[in-house]
This record gives sequence, structure tokens and C-alpha cells, in this order.
Amino acid sequence: MLSQYAFIGIFAIIAFALPVIGLVLAWLIRPKKPNPAKNSTYECGMETFGDTWVQFKAQYYLYALIFVVFDVEAIFVFPWAVAYNKLGLYALVEMVLFVFILLGGLLYAWQKKALEWR
Amino acid sequence: MDYIRDFFVNIARSWTAWISTFLPDWGVSLVNYIVVGIILVLMPVLATLTLTWMERKVIGRIQNRIGPNRVGPWGIFQAIADAVKMLIKEDIIPDRADRPVFNLAPILIAGAAGLLWAVMPFGRRMIGADLNVGVLYIVAVGSITTVAVIMAGWASNNKFALIGAFRVVAQLLSYEVPMILSIATVVLLAGTMRMMGIVEAQVIPFIFILPVAFIGYFLAAAAEVGRAPFDLLEADSEIVAGYFVEYSGLKFGWFYIAEYGNLFAVSAITATLFLGGWRGPFANAVPALGPLYFIIKTILVVFLLMWIRGTWPRFRIDQMLAFAWKVLVPASLANLLWVAVVLKLPLPAPVQWILMLGGNLLILFVAATLLGRAAKRDAAKHSLTPAAV
Amino acid sequence: MQQVMFIVLSLVTLAAALMVVIARSMFRAALWLVLTFFGIAGLFILLHAEFIAVAQVLIYVGAISTLIIFAIMLSRGVMDPDARRFNDQWGVVAGFGAVLFVLLAAVVTRTRWPVALADVPADAIQRLGGDFVGSYVIPFEVASVLLVVAMIGAIIIAREQES
Repeated sequence: MLSQYAFIGIFAIIAFALPVIGLVLAWLIRPKKPNPAKNSTYECGMETFGDTWVQFKAQYYLYALIFVVFDVEAIFVFPWAVAYNKLGLYALVEMVLFVFILLGGLLYAWQKKALEWR
Repeated sequence: MDYIRDFFVNIARSWTAWISTFLPDWGVSLVNYIVVGIILVLMPVLATLTLTWMERKVIGRIQNRIGPNRVGPWGIFQAIADAVKMLIKEDIIPDRADRPVFNLAPILIAGAAGLLWAVMPFGRRMIGADLNVGVLYIVAVGSITTVAVIMAGWASNNKFALIGAFRVVAQLLSYEVPMILSIATVVLLAGTMRMMGIVEAQVIPFIFILPVAFIGYFLAAAAEVGRAPFDLLEADSEIVAGYFVEYSGLKFGWFYIAEYGNLFAVSAITATLFLGGWRGPFANAVPALGPLYFIIKTILVVFLLMWIRGTWPRFRIDQMLAFAWKVLVPASLANLLWVAVVLKLPLPAPVQWILMLGGNLLILFVAATLLGRAAKRDAAKHSLTPAAV
Repeated sequence: MQQVMFIVLSLVTLAAALMVVIARSMFRAALWLVLTFFGIAGLFILLHAEFIAVAQVLIYVGAISTLIIFAIMLSRGVMDPDARRFNDQWGVVAGFGAVLFVLLAAVVTRTRWPVALADVPADAIQRLGGDFVGSYVIPFEVASVLLVVAMIGAIIIAREQES
């Protein structure tokens, strides 16, 4: 089993080396003529005004948090799914309970408009 | 004749036998890993070269025009022309960009697109590494993209890039849940997380048993890759290329390659999970046909995605996120539980499958009805007729 | 060979963890944290715990890193690289930190850790799934309650701030 991951490790090195090689190749070939107008930040052709720091809506954080909750739930489902055929009825009941508790949470979020974009 | 029957495996065996004559065991393994690694890593690049051409032709035809036809017969060398252009363009890095992070983002994203191919089952015994946690590996590699997007958006030091990155990440996160749940349903039915095992378990392709899981995965994966109708965040008319607006030259090229590589990979995964992967007529007797069926099914899914891109209008971001959380997640969960219930019934397998299909169709019907009602309410709310005001 | 990989991965993980604390920019610190998570996933693989390794990447790198980065961006002022990095109590804190280190080192080196002598079984993931609904069903269900509580708590706090 570890040999499979050795392959993944080597493959990862190759997979990340490919873009690096490509970029090095491009760096050798392309022109390098920086000038202030080209290097300034893009803002639809005008000068930037204000800092780059933008008002970060709390909504993004909520989406990330609800995602964490459901991500963990999904992770719990996988070993259960793989072992399911050999388990008895209790496996079904307990997973249904697990999912229903989380569905309750989703319903709460829905009611409280935590899933709305605004 | 027998040699050709299992052509690819036999070529691999002959090659291994040949290099074993002058290399120690670990050298043989290393060389094989590197060779397979290089072949697989070129898949996203290959995908970009061919699929960009295919896309421009298909969308062109859908929009009643021809598409590129100047560079080579039917324009097939167009992609090479584009690639050369990207190579020689100047690389402009904005002044106050965070250089290391700025440069790292396209490398991460392109690497992640390549990493996916390690677990794709091309044919019987033709897979990079048949991990015990194959499908989870795929989801995990997909989640690396999320971090890379934030890196690109933040390092550019550009308001549009940052906002674009946040929105893309919100979209990616929202659609990852129905994607994982659909995959979990398939794993439940197949009883294994190994990609090879899932293909072998598909006596009949799973799309006929679990259409809801197929639709859930298909739409969620389309949103993950950023394809229309979920491409609000990179549509040129919207946020000006979004989070990679400050990238030029080959760095932009790598984002592009990653996008098409992901498109190809997601289609391949759909083909593996739902269409039977390398299975097909005579595939058991002649294993060399496996990769052919695999590629054909993958291209079919790619075509389906391109067709949808040329036909459906774009979603607004609030519609998109609402669809993920309020429609796809409950539907996927309901499907998962239904499949679990049916699997515990003491019935023969084909009867179970028919029951599962029935449940799926019921879920589809309910979802469509509720969506229809919600759409009518939404239309009435936003309508401008005097009666509604 | 495994020993070499272990040393390499441990060094990478420790170096990245150190950079998390030292880095000037909070965002960079978050990125070093991502590298730490990858290192830990690699260590899990060396322990033959492939499911945990993949779950580590999926949850920590995919979800929690994003959450942490969003949290960083939600709080103004932490993004400012010129802000003071140490407040006035750093001496006391360093002292406590050193005491904690000594205590932990003593505990870790003196405990007789139960080491599994057998190989990890091939059907480890099936056994894990079976245990979820078998011997460990109460932690399993409590975990779901915990997740929902966290979600509800965050929604309440976030909504309060908006209104």
C-alpha cells in the first residue's frame, strides 16, 4: 500500500514541476519591459482609489462554516458506506439519526436566512 | 494476436522486463513511476489542446457559426497558436503584489489538475495507483484548488481579484457538499471507494440506477470547474476574468490549462462513476478496448457540458448558491438515505435497483415541482407588470 | 527508506509550523499552516492511515484553512503588517510557555505508549465504518450534535453583528 503512495509522491513532484518548467521556459523566452503604467493595479483603466482592503461580508464566513460542518458529515459517511453491506439494521438507523440531526441544522440555517446571499 | 488483446498491459510488461535486465528492483519501480507520472501529468495539457478546439467548434456550431478554421485544416492547430502566444507574452506583475504567493498560485492550481489523474481507471489494470480511498483522494485534490484561488486573488493586490476570489470560493465550497454526497451514494451502492472497484461493480451503469446522484454530481462538478451556467465569476462581461485578472502570459496559461484539465478530469470521473468507465462490449475479452470506451464516454460527457454551456443562460450568484444549498444538498441526502434503506431490504439486486430508480425519479419529480413553484413566486415578485406592483 | 521519509516530513511540518508563528503577514502565516497540514497528512500515510490522511487534506486544507483565512480577513487590523507583534506581557507568556514545554516533554518521554505490533489490516476502513455505528456510536452521534451546535452558534453571532 505504501508503494502506491510512493507513486503519488513522485507523481506530485512531477505534477508541480511541470508548471515550474513551463514558467522557466517562458521566462527565458519572453520580453521583460516593465514600466509604471503596466505595473499598476488594474481597475478598469482608471487609477486605483482607496486601499485594496475591501469590506469583507460576514456571509462568506457563514458559507465556509456551514461547509465545514457538512464536509465533516460527509467524511463520516464514507467509512460507513464502505462497511454498510456487512452491518445490520442498526447501521441504517444510526446514520439516519446522524443525517437528520444535520438536516435539522440546515433547516435552521435556511429559516434564519443564513443561506441567502445578501 | 494475444499480445494485442491486452495491448497496453503487455507493452508495460515488456518494457518492465527490458529495463529489469540492467536496473535493480527499486530502479525499475522508480523509472516506471516516472514514466507513468509524465504520461499522466500531460493529460491536462493534452486536454487543453484538444478540448479548447472542440469547445470553440461546438459552441460555434450551436451559435450558428463556424469557429476557428484558419490555422490548419478545420482550425485544429489553433490551440498550438494560442499556446505559443501565451509563452511569448510579457509577464506583468503588479507593483504591490505579493510575489512568492503570486507566482505559487498558478503552479498549485496546475499541479492539482494534474494530480487528479493518478487514480483514473483507464482500463482493467491500467491505473496510476488504485488507492483504497480513490474517490476521496479526488475530492481532496479538488479542495487544494480552493486554497490556490484565494492565493491568486489575495496576492494580486487588486480589489476585483479579491472579490472575485471570495465569490469563486463561496461557489466552490457550496457545490462541494452535493458533489461529495453524490459520490458517497455511489460508494454506498458499489461498496468500495476504489475507482477500479466502482467500475467493476457497475454491471449496469449507475446512471440508470441513480439518476439523481448523476445529476447532482454532474451539476456540482460543472460548478466546481467553473463551467457555464455557473461561470458568473469568470465571464468576461461580468467581473473581468475575476481572480486571475492580474495574471498574464504563461501564468494565465496555467490557470487556463488547469480549467480545461479539470473539465476533462471531471468528465472522466463522471464516466467512471456513472457510465461504467472502461466497461463496454467485448471489454472483458479484449482489455485493450477499455481505454477506448473510457475516452469515448469521457468525450461524451465533455460534449454534454459544452452543449449546456452554449444553450443555458447564466445563473446569478444568489440563485447559484441557493440552488446548491436548498436543492442539491437535500436531494443528495434524501437519495443517500433512500439507497441505504433499499439496500437493507431482503430483495434480489435487480429489484433493489428498480426501487432505487423509482425513489430517484420521485426525488426528481418533487424537486422539479418545488423549483417550479419557487420560480413562479420569484417571477411574480420581480415582475414589472402593473398588476404585480 | 521509510525512516528517511519520516524525517523529511517531520522537518517540513515543524519548519512550516514555526513559520506560522514567525511570519509577519497573517495571510502568509495561514499559508504556512496549510503546508503544516499537508505534512501531517504525509505522516498519517506513513502510519498506514490513508483514510485519515485524505480526510486531513479534505477537511483541514479544503475547509478549515479557508475558514481561517476568511476569519483573518473578517478582523481588521490583523492584516496590517506594521502592527506591533508582541504586546507587553511577552515575558510572562514566554515563561509559561517554557514551563508547559518542560511538562509536556516529561510526559511524552516517560509514558509507555501502547504500540500496535500487528500490521494495519487491509480492511481498516470497513472496520472503521463498523466501529462508527458499533462500539463508538455515542461519540458518532454526539459529533453530529456538536457540529449542529457550532453551526447554530456561528449563525446567531454573525446575524447579531449584521443587525
